[in-house]
Amino acid sequence: MVEFAFWDIFRNLLLATRWTLLLSVIALIGGAILAFALLILRLINRKTLNFLISIYVEIFQGTPLLMQLFLFYFGLALFGFDTSVWWSASAALILYTGAYLTEIWTGCVRAVPNGQWFAGKSLGFSFIQQLRWIIFPQVYRLSVAPTVGFLVQVIKGTALTSVIGFVELTKAGTMISNVTFKPFLVFACVALIYFAICFPLSWIATRLEIRFARA
Amino acid sequence: MNVELDFSAVLTDWPILVNGVAWTLGLTVVSAVFGVLSGLVLAWIRIQAWPICGSFIKIYVELIRNTPFIVQLFFVFFGLPELGLRLSAEMSSVLAMVINLSAYSTEIFRAGIDSTFSGQIQAGESLGLSKFQVFVYVILPPALFKVWPALVAQIIIVMLGSAVCGQISTQELSYSANLIQSRNFRAFEAFIIAASVYLLMAIAVRWLLNLLGRNFVFKGLIQNG
Repeated sequence: MVEFAFWDIFRNLLLATRWTLLLSVIALIGGAILAFALLILRLINRKTLNFLISIYVEIFQGTPLLMQLFLFYFGLALFGFDTSVWWSASAALILYTGAYLTEIWTGCVRAVPNGQWFAGKSLGFSFIQQLRWIIFPQVYRLSVAPTVGFLVQVIKGTALTSVIGFVELTKAGTMISNVTFKPFLVFACVALIYFAICFPLSWIATRLEIRFARA
Repeated sequence: MNVELDFSAVLTDWPILVNGVAWTLGLTVVSAVFGVLSGLVLAWIRIQAWPICGSFIKIYVELIRNTPFIVQLFFVFFGLPELGLRLSAEMSSVLAMVINLSAYSTEIFRAGIDSTFSGQIQAGESLGLSKFQVFVYVILPPALFKVWPALVAQIIIVMLGSAVCGQISTQELSYSANLIQSRNFRAFEAFIIAASVYLLMAIAVRWLLNLLGRNFVFKGLIQNG
């Protein structure tokens, strides 16, 4: 039987961590673009549009991410798309991230007092100008902390893509523990790597929250 | 492209789905009870200013909050047997869910407790209440009232997270969906139905817990102002 040194295990896990990080970045950027578009659409305040956006948010917040991944994994194939696991994992994670960020950012916009909108209007600002010069600068300060906090949830969410066969940190951990018969050590290392990525972000989020709360 | 969806093939297997729903709800109830109670105990220990205990709880909370649930589950199910602790899939699922929820609820309770005005605590102490009585009668009711929505949200997150437990062969709802699709190859339909059921359960549990909160947990608090 081949013996695996600790470094062999750890190095392979670190190599797989790249894909966890890349997938997180894809989910965050895609989700942020989607959420930003939906936020603007929400602020335009059309009844049916808002209703549809709320349904989208409710569906993606109210079902397990795992189910969403499965649906995209099998669904994209069913509708004739190329289903490399990259596509289904990215699509599901982007929509998942988008739903949460839409809700978080909407909350931040609602936290800006209504008078700020009226003030903008009374100065003759257009809707876009009100957003650009009055609302968003304030929303930005409010939203940074919860967004960074949510990023931790996205990174942890990418672990679920291991279930549909995406080889990232968790999947690599499963595979390595199957060869080495050292599940305790391997999953402890996997957890430690996730912790090393997520903890600094959580810490920054808390710091930012305290700082912006004081200001 | 011609896609035909056939939901009836999935629905004829409804006993499997019902079994899955029962397991998911069962897991959620058990882990919610133990997770929230242990979170409460840990939050209590944390404000006692005992040396070391506070730091250990802090480390535990941060470790759990910054690692994915699926890794925690695999660690319990695959990793612990190496230390001689061999648990069934169901026990591992419950244990992982309790450990997970407990960390989050500790943090939620801490936030609620921190927001209690210290004058109230001193008032309670000056009335001759013991430390424990102050916690139960002075600190806890307003804290619980404040954190209830966060607690409900976290319980629902744990319920949805339990979908992962099917990966270690706990027979909950996502396991049912997998089982059905492996029998009739109607994967998309099976997961659509499972996801809809999860959505309904999330809405129902939220409604129920909010009702419970309003009518039982802090009923007196609302009446007293």
